[in-house]
Amino acid sequence: MSTSNIELPAWVEVILIPILNIMMALFFAGLIILAIGENPVEAVGIMINGAFGYDEAIGYTLYYTTNFIFTGLAVAIAFHARLFNIGGEGQAYIGGLGVGLTFLLLDGYLPAIVLLPIGIIAAALFGALWAFIPAWLQAYRGSHVVITTIMFNFIASSLMVYLLVNVLIMPGSMSPETREFQQNAWLPFMHELLAGIGIEVTRTPLNLSFILALVCCVLVWIYVWKTRWGYALRTAGQSEAAAVYAGIKPKKIIIITMCISGALAGLVAVNEIMGVHHRLLLNFTAGYGFTGIAVALMGRNHPLGILMASLLFGVLYQGGAELAFEVPKITREMVVAIQGLIILFSGALALMLRPAIVRLWLAVRPGGVPKHG
Amino acid sequence: MSKQEATTQSESNSSPLAIELKNICKRFGQVQANRNINLQVTRGTIHGIVGENGAGKSTLMSILYGFYQADSGEILINDQPIKIKNSRDAIAAGIGMVHQHFMLVDTFTVLENVMLGAEQSARLDTSAVNAREVLQHLGDEYQLSVPLDAITGDLPVGQQQRTEILKALYRNAEILILDEPTGVLTPQEADQLFRVLEALKQRGVTVILITHKLREIMDITDNVSVLRLGEIVSTQRTCDTNTSQLAELMVGRKLETQHFPKIDNPDTDAGIDIQHVSVLDDRGLPRLNDISFEVKRGEIVGIAGVAGNGQSTLLEVLAGIQKPHKGRFVINGHTVTPESIVGPKEMREIGVQHVPEDRLRLGLIKSFTAAESSVLGYQNRKRFNWRLFLNIRRIRAACKRLMEAFDVRPPDPKLKSSSFSGGNQQKLILARELDQSPSVLLIGQPTRGVDIGAIELIHQKIIDMRDANCAVLLVSVELDEIMTLSDRILVMFEGQIVGTMKGSDADKTTLGLMMANALPQSGGGPTESAA
Repeated sequence: MSTSNIELPAWVEVILIPILNIMMALFFAGLIILAIGENPVEAVGIMINGAFGYDEAIGYTLYYTTNFIFTGLAVAIAFHARLFNIGGEGQAYIGGLGVGLTFLLLDGYLPAIVLLPIGIIAAALFGALWAFIPAWLQAYRGSHVVITTIMFNFIASSLMVYLLVNVLIMPGSMSPETREFQQNAWLPFMHELLAGIGIEVTRTPLNLSFILALVCCVLVWIYVWKTRWGYALRTAGQSEAAAVYAGIKPKKIIIITMCISGALAGLVAVNEIMGVHHRLLLNFTAGYGFTGIAVALMGRNHPLGILMASLLFGVLYQGGAELAFEVPKITREMVVAIQGLIILFSGALALMLRPAIVRLWLAVRPGGVPKHG
Repeated sequence: MSKQEATTQSESNSSPLAIELKNICKRFGQVQANRNINLQVTRGTIHGIVGENGAGKSTLMSILYGFYQADSGEILINDQPIKIKNSRDAIAAGIGMVHQHFMLVDTFTVLENVMLGAEQSARLDTSAVNAREVLQHLGDEYQLSVPLDAITGDLPVGQQQRTEILKALYRNAEILILDEPTGVLTPQEADQLFRVLEALKQRGVTVILITHKLREIMDITDNVSVLRLGEIVSTQRTCDTNTSQLAELMVGRKLETQHFPKIDNPDTDAGIDIQHVSVLDDRGLPRLNDISFEVKRGEIVGIAGVAGNGQSTLLEVLAGIQKPHKGRFVINGHTVTPESIVGPKEMREIGVQHVPEDRLRLGLIKSFTAAESSVLGYQNRKRFNWRLFLNIRRIRAACKRLMEAFDVRPPDPKLKSSSFSGGNQQKLILARELDQSPSVLLIGQPTRGVDIGAIELIHQKIIDMRDANCAVLLVSVELDEIMTLSDRILVMFEGQIVGTMKGSDADKTTLGLMMANALPQSGGGPTESAA
C-alpha cells in the first residue's frame, strides 16, 4: 500500500516525525557512547547543559544558529524553484570578500550607521554574484547547478587563498589575513546591546546578525508564499510547462532565485566577518554552507522548520564542543559522528518512519481519503 | 470441499464464476467508498464496470488487487474464499492488473520489463531464454506481438499497454483487470486492444474492464455493472441495455442528448487568421506544415485528427507558447510572425484565452490550493494583489465565485488542486479562462477524463462562448465531441490540414477516412506528399 500521497495533519508532519527521527539518531548515538564505556544519558545531559545551561552557552548556540539559518534559507528558497544550490559554502565565502573589500576601502571614512548597511549589502551582493554565474549557465546553457555550484565552491576557495596570500594580506603579517577593520565597521555584539539596556550577560560572539537572520526567515516566508514573485517561483518549481503556460519565464526565475539564494548564503559573512572576526580570513565559512543543506532538508524547506533545525544544529555544535571538552573519551570526531547520525536520520532517512506512522494514523483516526482514478 | 462443490452445483446451470464479491464494504473516514458490493463475474467473459469518477470503481479494484483491505465482506476466486493482502496474493490467485498509468521501466526492453519481479533464477540470461519462449508463444496465441528487444519508452502507448498485458499473462493471470485502458490510446489502438481482449476471452481469460466510455462497454462487454456513490446500482447483460440507460444509471438522473444548432459561415470578421504557418521540431522535421485557415467570431472550428498529428503544436503556437518558424497569423487583431512573437502573458492580455490539453501538466499546479491554481496566469493582475503581496482573501473569494458558477465540487478554495476529480479540475480551469470573457478561446481536449455529468456543463459553456461572439478553436480526439460542438471541422494529418467539413453535414465515416488520410481528393490537402 502506497502511503506517500496520504496526507497527515501538519503537527504530525512538522513536529512528531522530526522529533521521532531525532530520537532515533540519539538512540544510535547512545549506542556508540555506550560502546566506548561512557554513560549516554549523562552525555546528553552535558550536551544540553552545554548548549542552554548558562548565558554564555546560549550565546554561542545562537551564534552558530545564525549561520545555519542563513545557509538553510539559501538552500530552501532555491529548492522551491527545484534548484539544488550546493554552493552555499562558496557564496558565503565570496560574501565575505564583499564585506572585506568594502570595509578595507571605506572603514576610515564613514560612520557605523552608513557603513554597516553597506557591509550587509556587499555580503549579499557578492554572494548573489557568485550564484549568478551558475544560474546563468543553468538557464541559458543547461549546465546543471549541482555541478557548477560545487565547482564554484572550489573556485571560491582558491580565489580567496590567492587574494589573502598575495593581495589582501596585512603587510608584514605571517598569517593570510587582512588588517582588522576599524571599530565603526564592527557589528554590535549582543552582550553590548543588552548591556546598553541594563542587562548584563557574558561576552559571546552572538551579534546583531542573529536578528537579521530572524528577519530573513520572515522575509523568505513572505516572498515565497505571499507574493506574486513567490507564486511564480513555486509554479516554475512544480512544473516548467505550467509556468510557460502561465506567462512565467523559467529562465528568469532560475536567475532571480539563485541570486536570492546566493545573497542569503552571503549573509553568513555578516555574522562571521562583520560580527566576530572583524577581518577577512581563510576558511571562516567552516562548512556552514554544506550543513545548510541538511538544515533545509530537516526543516522541510520552510522558514519555521529551518529556524528549528538551525537551533538544533546550534545545540549540536555548542553542546558537542562542551561534551568533547568535559568527557575526554568523547572526542571532537565523536561529536561529528553524532551530528552525522542526526543528519542521516532527519535528512536522508527523514521519511523512513512515515509509512508506519500513516498506517498508525489511519488505524487510530482514518482521516485520509485516497484518490479515485 | 464437498460442501462447496455442492453449493456450486446447487447454483445449477449458471456458468462457473471467476470472481464473486459478497457484501464488500470500505470506508475512508467520512466517505463510504464501497457499500455492500455484490458482484459476480462469470469465467471467460468480459465484464464492464462503469461509474463516474469517485463512484468507487478504483477502490473496488484496489481491494481485489490487494492495495486495500475491505472493512468487511468476502472475496471468492473460482469459488474459493480467499484473503488478498497484497498484490502478490492477487497474482498468486491468478489476477493481473493493467493500470491506467503503466507500471513499466521506460529504459528497459520489453523482455526485461516482463521478467522484472518474475525472474526464475538469479542468472538473468537463462530466465531470459525461458521468458522469450513463453512470450513468443503468448504473442502468437493472443495476437499480442510486441518487439521484445525494443526499449519500452520508445514504443507507442498501445504497444506499452500490450507489454502490461503480457506481463500479467506471463504471471499466469486468468483474470485481467484493465483500468481505463483506452484513455491514452488512439481509436485504432483501442480497436486493436479490443481484438486482443476478444482473443483472451476466447481462450477462457476473464476480463474486467473499467471505463467511463459507454460506447466501449456496448461494443465489447458481455455484462456490465454500474457503480454510483459506492454502490452497485445495476448489473445486467450488455445486450439488454443501451448507452442512455447506462448513463442515467451512472449519473442518477436523466441526461438530455445534447444537440446544438450549427452556425454556418457567420457574417463576422476573423478572430484567428492563420496564413502558411509552419513549425519545426528539434530535429528540423515539420510539426506543422503550411497551415492556413481562419476562425470567425461566433464560430466554433473543431480540429479532428488522431492524437499526435500536430494539433497540440497548433494550440501552443496560437497561445504563444511555441513560436512559428514560417508564416504569420493574426489573432484578435494582433499579428504574430517568427520575428514578432506574442508570448502567453501578452496573449492573455489581448483577450486570447487558452484551456490547455494537458490540465495536470499545464493547466494547474497539483500541489497548489484550488484558489492558487485559479489565478494561474493571472497572478500579476491588480485585483489579485495588494501592493507587494498577493491578496489571498480576494483570490479565495474569486475562486469561490468561479466554483459556484461552474459547479466545481467540493466548492472549497483551500483544498489542494490534486484532490479534485478530473472533471472538477477541468471545470475550474475552464471557469478561470472563461471568466476573462475571451474574444478568442483556444481549447484542447475539454472533456478528457471527465464525467458525463460534467461534460454536459462544459459543452454548454463552450456553446455560450460562441453565442457571445467569441472565436473558438476546439481540439479534441473525441470525434463525437467535435461533431457535437463544431460549426466547421478541419482534419489534421501529419501536421497538415487534409480536409474540411461543415458541422451541419459532418459524417463520421468521411471524417474517419480523412483522419487516416485515406480519402481521395480530400479538401485540397496535399495528399500526395504524405503518401
